[in-house]
Amino acid sequence: MSYTFDFTPVINGFPTLLLGCIGTLWLALSGMTLAIVIGIGGVVLRDSHIKPLRWLVIAFVELIRNTPFLVQIYFIFFALPFMGIRLNPTPTAIIALGVNGGAYAIEIIRGGVQSINKGQLEAGRALGLRKGQVFRLIVLKPALRAIFPSLASQFILLTLTTSIASAVAAYELTSVAKLIENESFRSFEVYGTITIMYLVMSWMMMNFLNFMSRRYLSYPVK
Amino acid sequence: MGTPQIVFLLYGLQWTIILALVAFAGGTVTGLIVALLRTSESRAVSRVTAGYIALFQGTPLLMQLFVVYYALALAGLRLEAWQAVAIGFTLHASAYLGEIWRGSIEAVPRGQVEAAKALSLGYFWRMKDVVLPQAIRISLPATIGFLVQLIKGTSLAAIVGFTELARAGSIISNTTYKPLMAYGVVGIMYFLICWPLSIWGTRLERKFAVATR
Repeated sequence: MSYTFDFTPVINGFPTLLLGCIGTLWLALSGMTLAIVIGIGGVVLRDSHIKPLRWLVIAFVELIRNTPFLVQIYFIFFALPFMGIRLNPTPTAIIALGVNGGAYAIEIIRGGVQSINKGQLEAGRALGLRKGQVFRLIVLKPALRAIFPSLASQFILLTLTTSIASAVAAYELTSVAKLIENESFRSFEVYGTITIMYLVMSWMMMNFLNFMSRRYLSYPVK
Repeated sequence: MGTPQIVFLLYGLQWTIILALVAFAGGTVTGLIVALLRTSESRAVSRVTAGYIALFQGTPLLMQLFVVYYALALAGLRLEAWQAVAIGFTLHASAYLGEIWRGSIEAVPRGQVEAAKALSLGYFWRMKDVVLPQAIRISLPATIGFLVQLIKGTSLAAIVGFTELARAGSIISNTTYKPLMAYGVVGIMYFLICWPLSIWGTRLERKFAVATR
C-alpha cells in the first residue's frame, strides 16, 4: 500500500467542520421538536371520532414509514416548488426530518397513551376535567415516560439521518465535509474524521435526552 | 412519463432489490457471528463486539458507506461500485442484526441453556438445536423490521453514485422536469415493496405477543 495519509485539509478545515457539527445539531433538535409536535398532534387525530381524520393519520404514518427518507426529502425539495411551495435547503431538511420522525413518533406515543390505565382517564373525567385537560394533565407525562427508551433511540436515529440532508445541500456536517473533500480529494481522511464526530454527537445526544428525561419526566419528589 | 422512463425505473428497482438481498444475505451470516460473539462467555470478546455494534449504531449509514467505499479503494481492492456499496451495507446489517439477535438469544429462558448443559451438549449443538431455533422465532418481527429499514437504506447508494431506484428517479426527474411525477412513482414503488413486509412484521409481532401472554 503506497498511500500516505494526509490530514492537513482536515486540520485546516477543523473550525468549519465544528460549525458543520453545530448545523447538524440544530437540524436534529429542530427536527425532533417538529417530530414531537406532529407526533402528539397525530395521536390526538388518530384517536378522534371523525373517521376520515383517523384514516388520514394512518395513511400518513404508513406512507412515511415505508418510503426512504432520501425520496421524501427529494420530494419536498424538488417536487413541492411545482405546487407553489419553495423552500431553502435547511428548512426543507428540518421539515423532512420532522415529518419523518413525526410518523415514527405517532406510533411510539400512541403505544404510550394506550399503556395508561383507563381508570385514570375516568377519574379525570369524574373530576370534571375536559378531554384535552385529561390528555395534557394526566396522560401525556406518564405516556412519555413509558415510551422514553423507544423515543430516544428514534431521536438518535434522526440525528444520524441528518447526514442525508447533504443530498439537498442543507447546512450540516456532511455537506461541509463534502466541500473540503472536493477541494482536497482526501476522501478517506475527511469522512473518517467526521464519522468520529457523528459518533461523539450521537453520544452527546443520548446524554442530553437522558438529562431531559431526568429533568422533566421524573416523578415529583415533593 | 412514458414507457422508457418506467422501464428505466424498473431497472433501478431491480438493483435496489439485488442490493437489499445481497446485503441481507451477507448481513445474516455476519450478523449471526456478531450475535454469537456478543453473547460469548468471554468478557473481552463480548466487549469488543459491543464496541463494533455501537460504532455502527452511532454513525450515519451514509458515512459507513463512504468510509467503507474509500477504505476498500485505499486497500487496493478494485471493486465495482455496487460491490463496494454491498460490502458497506453488509457490515451495517451485521451490526444491527447482531444486536437484534443478541437480544433474542438472551430472551431464550436461561433454563433452556442450563438443561442443554446438563445434557452435556457442546456449545455448537446447544446453540444449533436448543437456543437458536427459539431465538429465531422471537427475533422474526424485529428482523423483518430491519429488512424494511435496509431496503429503504439502499437508497443511499444513490448519493454514492450508484444507479438504483432513488437515483433512477433523480435522473428521470432531471430529464423530464417532472419531479412530482418521478419521485411520486419512486415513492410508490418503495412503498409497494416495504408495506407488505411491514404488515407481515406487525402481524407476527401481535401473534407472538398473544402466544407469550
